[in-house]
Amino acid sequence: MAIMKADKLGVSVAKAPSMMTGAIPKKDWWDVPADFKPGNYAYPAKQEIVEYHKFPNPRLWDPESDDWKLPENWKEIILQGLKERLDKFRSLKIFMDCCVRCGACADKCHFFLGTGDPKNMPVLRAELLRSVYRNDFTLAGKLLGKMAGGREMTFGVLKEWFMYFYQCTECRRCSVFCPYGIDTAEITMMGRELLHLVGVNINWILEPAANSNRTGNHMGLQPHTFKDNIEYLCDDIEEITGIRCNPTFNRKGAEVLFITPSADVFAEPGIYTAMGYLLLFEHIGLDYTWSTYASEGGNFGLFTNNEMMKKLNGKMYAEAKRLGVKWILGGECGHMWRVLHQYMDTMNGPADFLQVPTSPITGTVFENAASTKMVHISEFTADLIKHGKLKLDPKRNDHRIATYHDSCNPARAMGLLEEPRYVLKNVCNNFHEMPENTIRESTFCCGSGTGLNTDEIMELRMRAGLPRANAVKYVREKHAVNMLSCVCAIDRATLTSLNNYWNPDVEVCGVSELVGNALVMEGEKERETGLRFEPLAGMEG
Amino acid sequence: MRILTPFIAVLALIAVGLVAAQVPGGQALIGIVLPYLAFALFLGGFAYRVMQWAKSPVPFRIPTTCGQANSLPWIKQNKIDCPSTKLGVIARMFLEVFLFRSLFRNTKAEMHEGPKLVYGSSKFLWLFALLFHYSFLVIVLRHMRLFMDPVPGFVAALEFGDGFLQIGAPVFYQTDAIFLGAIAFLFLRRVMLSNIRYISLPADYFPLFLIFGIALTGILMRYVFRADVVAIKQLTLGLATLSPAIVGQISPVFFIHVFLVCALMVYFPFSKLMHMAGVFMSPTRNMINNSRMVRHINPWNDPNIKPHSYAAYEDEFREFMKDGGIPVEKE
Repeated sequence: MAIMKADKLGVSVAKAPSMMTGAIPKKDWWDVPADFKPGNYAYPAKQEIVEYHKFPNPRLWDPESDDWKLPENWKEIILQGLKERLDKFRSLKIFMDCCVRCGACADKCHFFLGTGDPKNMPVLRAELLRSVYRNDFTLAGKLLGKMAGGREMTFGVLKEWFMYFYQCTECRRCSVFCPYGIDTAEITMMGRELLHLVGVNINWILEPAANSNRTGNHMGLQPHTFKDNIEYLCDDIEEITGIRCNPTFNRKGAEVLFITPSADVFAEPGIYTAMGYLLLFEHIGLDYTWSTYASEGGNFGLFTNNEMMKKLNGKMYAEAKRLGVKWILGGECGHMWRVLHQYMDTMNGPADFLQVPTSPITGTVFENAASTKMVHISEFTADLIKHGKLKLDPKRNDHRIATYHDSCNPARAMGLLEEPRYVLKNVCNNFHEMPENTIRESTFCCGSGTGLNTDEIMELRMRAGLPRANAVKYVREKHAVNMLSCVCAIDRATLTSLNNYWNPDVEVCGVSELVGNALVMEGEKERETGLRFEPLAGMEG
Repeated sequence: MRILTPFIAVLALIAVGLVAAQVPGGQALIGIVLPYLAFALFLGGFAYRVMQWAKSPVPFRIPTTCGQANSLPWIKQNKIDCPSTKLGVIARMFLEVFLFRSLFRNTKAEMHEGPKLVYGSSKFLWLFALLFHYSFLVIVLRHMRLFMDPVPGFVAALEFGDGFLQIGAPVFYQTDAIFLGAIAFLFLRRVMLSNIRYISLPADYFPLFLIFGIALTGILMRYVFRADVVAIKQLTLGLATLSPAIVGQISPVFFIHVFLVCALMVYFPFSKLMHMAGVFMSPTRNMINNSRMVRHINPWNDPNIKPHSYAAYEDEFREFMKDGGIPVEKE
């Protein structure tokens, strides 16, 4: 399906009847069926991929058809699954019971702002599940049914779940504003788990998960390709700086294991971020290794189910143990860090074979990572800069007027706000913040996280990313910002598409790319270009 | 229908109360039997719901972090919005429960041509929610005067403060007016704002109407129909001391009032009103953000879920690895 041109979509977003433009649907929300059309849903998982995961009900099916080839007892499976999850997660129970529908969350969701679809208000997205919960698991619902807001589990409800739990990027912005901290991410995760039980899932999540499991990374790069790619990056670095980096792979006895999302090794503009890492580690002489087996930071299990998340995450500790490293350093990634921060130690700890991370350069002990033994690259770099261990020439970034996009997970599920800013301000002379309602804990999602950065739903992505794009546009117009920096690989991929669409002259980079640009390496040649082979300001010729 | 049905339901409750107050034995039923029953259901139901919640574990530490986390010593942490200690969590919960901090953050988004999104501060919901809850609390506490003899000092002080404007006789309580105003605001907001109207269910209007009915009958009884306070206090004090009796003539409005209060108490544990207890138990707000510092235990964590092993990985890719100069375990 062709995507609307940006100006046309812009008019449509601001003027076409939707709840954001003041139009009210004529029917109650429970009477508006989910309608699947080309372009408004992500493709179902391929049969062989579902089989690979040993997930239930592998088959060929079409969301646009009215026969989803569900198992005969699919309703019981869903209700039983819901019961199990209510018993396993207090968060789910509380979030099912406590909502007063005050509407504080309603206009906080980027999907709602961009589509005006009422079911993208977090309260209604949750209500899709809550109505079934009420009907089958509460006394009031059993007695009063519809009057108490209960709904029977029907195929129509299932369709809504598939549509709207895959129009949520689990960014948690709504949970910041909810008076009870109701976190739609939790509800979406449960909803997706339930859908998996009857074989309703999407390929763009399950195939990367399968790749991560088998090859170590979601791109499906085999070990030698992974290594080759990094060596290509080293060639480029040598051409630009005259310095040869010599990274090692699967090396036993290294002090530090470095894990970053594989997109950094493979895809633009992530590769420039990876070049930044390589330069940084070379600069400080870090004793570190990459792993081809644990070559993915991102965890597509987070978008699938708990078991998958644990399974994929387990590789990091397994590899750290096998290689005998002291601690793990993690690259720039959003949901990777959400999993590392909130789930890793619980699921796969205790990491008693590792040591409390200590920077070999500054001696700083990272007490905040005393148990997981994993440090974020921004924390690590900020500490190096603070101790004056890096030789930096921020002028080399003078052709960049940067702003910073707080990636949802590091911001709202970790509290990593100042470290990347500190790094940025030290490596680049021009930095401007976006408006305050769009940064830090109020940051807006790129619109394509949680496995939704697939091309078949491009218009939806551009709509969902509109709030972020709008804030970028603001600083572009006000301060001529031309670089949107972030600490997330999904962001680097999807914000690039988003900016190409809404703000064509703004590029996207990882914070470490700007670090790499600014690093003055010992014995380097005079630099004429940045890591993208782009001319530096004042060096054009 | 979403508004009308709950409205009719409350009118029906009022009618039941009115009729029951005037049939033989009805007053004893509403004034004595029902309050005990409703109070028991309220307490029992409340405790049951909280225990049901508590029965489910909190497998993961998932606080929503609304500020800078504890990290390097020279980076200023937001100790309340991103707490790394128990004390921080207590402060966060205190502000949440007593001052509705999250609602205070509320903004309103508007879409303009361009397209351009604009966010404005929006504190009305916060303000009126706060007024509603605090006047409700004051009113409940004021009622303690009816259940205690002698009247405790703080209740008398509260009453005095509440009526310090000294308007009318009996003295008019400001909280009564604020309370009615806040309920009206919360109701009108639900009706006037199209998206809030769209998300509202009968279960959202019913408690509003019910509480409005309670407030209104209370006010009518005090200022208009003038119920016999002495007789009422005899009854309520009797209830509190487990020796209830109805003496003298009490206005039917009183029985409607009591009947509606009983209905609210019974309704409470089965409804969204349980947010009163739930707010304390919300894992995104009441957890310490120290997930990387201290290991959190998940009682149902399954140790049998293992990653795809390195050995299997190497078996599949060994030749490629050897060719690519990547170390292998088995040659």
